[in-house]
Amino acid sequence: MKRHLISAADLSRDDAVLILDTAEELARLADRPIKKLPTLRGRTVVNLFFEDSTRTRISFEAAAKRLSADVINFSAKGSSVSKGESLKDTALTLEAMGADAVVIRHHASGAPHRLATSGWINGAVVNAGDGTHEHPTQALLDAFTVRRHLSPAASGVGQDLAGRRITIVGDVLHSRVARSNVHLLSTLGAEVTLVAPPTLVPFGVESWPCEVSYDLDAVVGKTDAVMMLRVQRERMNAAFFPTEREYARRYGLDGDRMARMPEHAIVMHPGPMNRGMEITAEVADSDRCTAVEQVANGVSIRMAVLYLLLGGNESAVAAARTEESK
Amino acid sequence: MDARTSDAARPVLEAPDIARVLTRIAHEIVERAKGADDVVLLGIPTRGVFLARRLAARLEEITGKPGRIPVGSLDITMYRDDLRLRPARALARTEIPDDGIDGRLVVLVDDVLFSGRTIRAALDALGDIGRPRAVQLAVLVDRGHRELPIRADYVGKNLPTSLRETVKVQLTEEDGRDSVLLGLRETTPADGK
Repeated sequence: MKRHLISAADLSRDDAVLILDTAEELARLADRPIKKLPTLRGRTVVNLFFEDSTRTRISFEAAAKRLSADVINFSAKGSSVSKGESLKDTALTLEAMGADAVVIRHHASGAPHRLATSGWINGAVVNAGDGTHEHPTQALLDAFTVRRHLSPAASGVGQDLAGRRITIVGDVLHSRVARSNVHLLSTLGAEVTLVAPPTLVPFGVESWPCEVSYDLDAVVGKTDAVMMLRVQRERMNAAFFPTEREYARRYGLDGDRMARMPEHAIVMHPGPMNRGMEITAEVADSDRCTAVEQVANGVSIRMAVLYLLLGGNESAVAAARTEESK
Repeated sequence: MDARTSDAARPVLEAPDIARVLTRIAHEIVERAKGADDVVLLGIPTRGVFLARRLAARLEEITGKPGRIPVGSLDITMYRDDLRLRPARALARTEIPDDGIDGRLVVLVDDVLFSGRTIRAALDALGDIGRPRAVQLAVLVDRGHRELPIRADYVGKNLPTSLRETVKVQLTEEDGRDSVLLGLRETTPADGK
């Protein structure tokens, strides 16, 4: 029996709303003296990280621990992987240790899919970011943050994001966060606009369910949420824009641009932030920036995903169930 | 459960009976708690929550303290012992009154007491939330067939049933009418309630 979360595009609207609603209930745990539930007692969750990450790994670890699962952290540095072990052999090792779920981050797009469909392991596979492909739990926590802010009545439980205008700004080309967000937010009914220099817009974007603009000022005035992407210097092996200053001037969010946003609109950033590059310190430290809140919401979302994938005898998320028949 | 309850389901309690029974339970709570000063009512979703609210309204009437009886809800899904037998379920709301439950008399409220496993889960959940002075249990219907050493302190109606029968509680807030229906199971899967 397999149940996986590989791509945000696999989630139906109902699946996505179920995950957000579950996260909404789990978020209330943070106010309790004992922030722990016995639900996944005796289950083992392996965090398999082939790429550096602080917040995603810690977030998954906190989520699994709050559900009483046993957590094994595995990072490629200092492991057999640095001695040349393949993904397959690593997976077989984890399987022999009895992993019920593997949370994988990999620099190669498609690695989680390979892991899930190869038959190497029986546990659930959760994609925690693969190359420039997808990062579905980040998209879920972003959608969760948007819903909480824009539908204050009962935190929007049961609702999607129909009619909300969300703008994603920056390095879309290298961004798995952007890719997952475009799929998920459009599934939830939001109108997504990508804003980036032409060199940082991915090939084939016409087929994505979103608009594309090259002018941030034209979009900023009529948006409900602006999502700033980090300029991923480590993935940039070519000159995508003339200078950092020019990028910051045209595509960075500063106080002036923020002032032109509608009153209720929020500024989001998946972190880590490059202050002075895509976002100024003034904006990053303002009340409208939800970066820190997104981290807190990340734990709730990841708890919801782990619970829905592992909590029952089969996945409660339909998309993950159909994966079984593939 | 509706689909499995045959059309021949017959009402064992109607709206006036339910109203009377809740009033009686409220009086019993006041009597046993000597005034209901430190009572906190926690309903178990879905229908237990509505029953808890109705009980609170009656307690306030009896004690003459409008708005002074704290009511909340306690979702026990994450504490169930049969989670692995079915797909993961959607969660319901847990709402603990602002003053908490430490040192209070918590009365758990549910619609049907059957195996007792729900209440076992509720007691575990309570332990993670605080330390009540005491915990009591109020149910609208006790249908027997306990699988754990658990009993109710306040029972609306004792309803001897066979395992082939179903007990369905309907409340205005959720179902549009008040009644307790006794029906026959069409198939016989081991069901939670």
